[in-house]
Amino acid sequence: MKKKLIELRNVCKSFDDEPVLSNIDLFITDKEFVTLLGPSGCGKTTTLRIIGGFETPDSGEVIFDGQSIADVPPYKRNVNTVFQKYALFPHLNVYENIAFGLRISKVKEDEIRRRVKEMLELVNLRGFERRNVTMLSGGQQQRVAIARALINHPKVLLLDEPLGALDLKLRKDMQNELKNIQHKTGITFIYVTHDQEEALSMSDTVVVMADGKIQQIGTPTDIYNEPINAFVADFIGESNIIDGVMLEDYKVKFAGQVFKCLDKGFDKNEPIDVVVRPEDVDVVKPEDGMLTGVVTSVTFKGVHYEIIVDIKGFKWMIQSTDYVAPEATIGLFIEPDAIHIMKKSEYSNMFGDYSTFSDEMDHLSDIVEEDE
Amino acid sequence: MMKNRRSLFERIAGAPYVAWSAMFIIAPLLFVLYFAFTDRNGSFTFENILSLTSYSQTFVMSLAFSLIATTVCLLIGYPLAYCMSKTSERVRGILMVLLMLPMWISLLIRTYSLMALLDNGGLVSTLLVKLGFEKLTFIGTDGAVILGMIYDFLPYMVLPIYTSLTKLDKRYIEASADLGCNPLQTLIKVMLPLTMPGIISGVTMVFVPSISTFYISQKLGGGSFDLIGDTIERQFQNAVTYHTGAAISLVMMILILISLAIMNKFSDNDEEIIV
Repeated sequence: MKKKLIELRNVCKSFDDEPVLSNIDLFITDKEFVTLLGPSGCGKTTTLRIIGGFETPDSGEVIFDGQSIADVPPYKRNVNTVFQKYALFPHLNVYENIAFGLRISKVKEDEIRRRVKEMLELVNLRGFERRNVTMLSGGQQQRVAIARALINHPKVLLLDEPLGALDLKLRKDMQNELKNIQHKTGITFIYVTHDQEEALSMSDTVVVMADGKIQQIGTPTDIYNEPINAFVADFIGESNIIDGVMLEDYKVKFAGQVFKCLDKGFDKNEPIDVVVRPEDVDVVKPEDGMLTGVVTSVTFKGVHYEIIVDIKGFKWMIQSTDYVAPEATIGLFIEPDAIHIMKKSEYSNMFGDYSTFSDEMDHLSDIVEEDE
Repeated sequence: MMKNRRSLFERIAGAPYVAWSAMFIIAPLLFVLYFAFTDRNGSFTFENILSLTSYSQTFVMSLAFSLIATTVCLLIGYPLAYCMSKTSERVRGILMVLLMLPMWISLLIRTYSLMALLDNGGLVSTLLVKLGFEKLTFIGTDGAVILGMIYDFLPYMVLPIYTSLTKLDKRYIEASADLGCNPLQTLIKVMLPLTMPGIISGVTMVFVPSISTFYISQKLGGGSFDLIGDTIERQFQNAVTYHTGAAISLVMMILILISLAIMNKFSDNDEEIIV
């Protein structure tokens, strides 16, 4: 078992009587890449700010390296932050921005020079020392912000939506680079994002948050394959979430059919939510299908077609590499391991039907959120 | 077509101000120049400028007084502006009104009432005597004149600093704390440099009226003070010394411009101060 570096115990926080965090329990181990993932207003940034010392929890404990740090101001914490929009000091050039922390801790000038140089190399900004930070591009500012934080050799680096302001291509590059930097430096990264893809591709552990509560903590594969409730299933990737009844162990009924599955341990005839990922459904001839439905729309996505199928009034999303014509009747085949059963939760029946689905909605949720 | 019409509109919109400044700014400046370099017969001379050496002490004293007043205003004004920027929206509004209130009253009346307060037998000295202090004279002292400058011009220091502090992004303060600065270090390393434009306009707005004031020194100086402003005023009260007055005005303007240029050195290169 790895060492717990940071632990939040029963942390609560409200702003103007509006609860933002309720009973957050979380621990983060040394050298881990943890992502706090959730939609705008879920409390992820507040959690990060509590760890950084910029917010004080109303109740609960924050433990760092075995000691409670609730009353320790930010400047005494061995934590550095890469802020949303970077907050580089506009009155200092690149070199002075990066050297800032070392100057405060009175490091000798020749060591500062050596370490700034090292940092600039780490973030691929050699030769940028004398540049004015306000003249840099978003990606370059981003790198300066990372260098400015990392040069202090913090135990933990907090990153608040650091890639939010960058365009897609640059974001992908920076994701890899951040992952590399984390690997090279061995520093614990706590990363806040609302981008599920980013979270899945970078993290060792993903913490999914909604409405000020932690919904699920797990590895990216766990979170994707075994979502704990309808919220997580919907937020991470695409999911068809259907009402069902667990008849007995390994047997579930939904969409009017009985299916074999791999889940057990539910009550007899317990109502549950069923998750079927769009890529796990096979399109077959109507007579071979376990379910049949009418195709209502087909969209070409490059790697696959995105097919919306109406099955008894419930719209399923299916991803298939084979084209099917709209209006056609098709059969669906679902393997037992493609079915994931979840307990009913407050989020049941809120997600998972694609009847109102449109691509625009998807893009809207991608818009960078402002401070929560 | 569109573009032409717009530029025509712009020219018309700017015209009243151009006329105004030509009449009330450019022309008077030219008159000052003319009088400063001519004698009573209208012929060119350096005599006026050269004769100013006898006023050098007045210049030095005015400079010293306004520098002290400006420094004290800055030392009071910055913390005040800082506290104001930290308070809640509602308290901020009240503090703002309190700060602005004196500015709604004429400078002359304010100075006059300060004089009444500080006068022998005025409120302050009566109170001090009642409290068992010796009878003190305020009017006519250096302190009274400097106090008057501070009292009259403090709001002009606070407002621009307050504005730049409220505009200062909170994230810079957080970033500084994050990188290990205690609150004092944050003030020195981050807040002061980032609010420098506000400080400079505040300093300018206190320094310039302080160095050229004549009313404050007349009322609170008890007639025994002669700052540049007083000297200039006296020169212009009779037609004979117009030329000396113009010369003093010219030198003072140059003095102020030099001071502003020095102050501009402190600010970022890309942020020029407009007076």
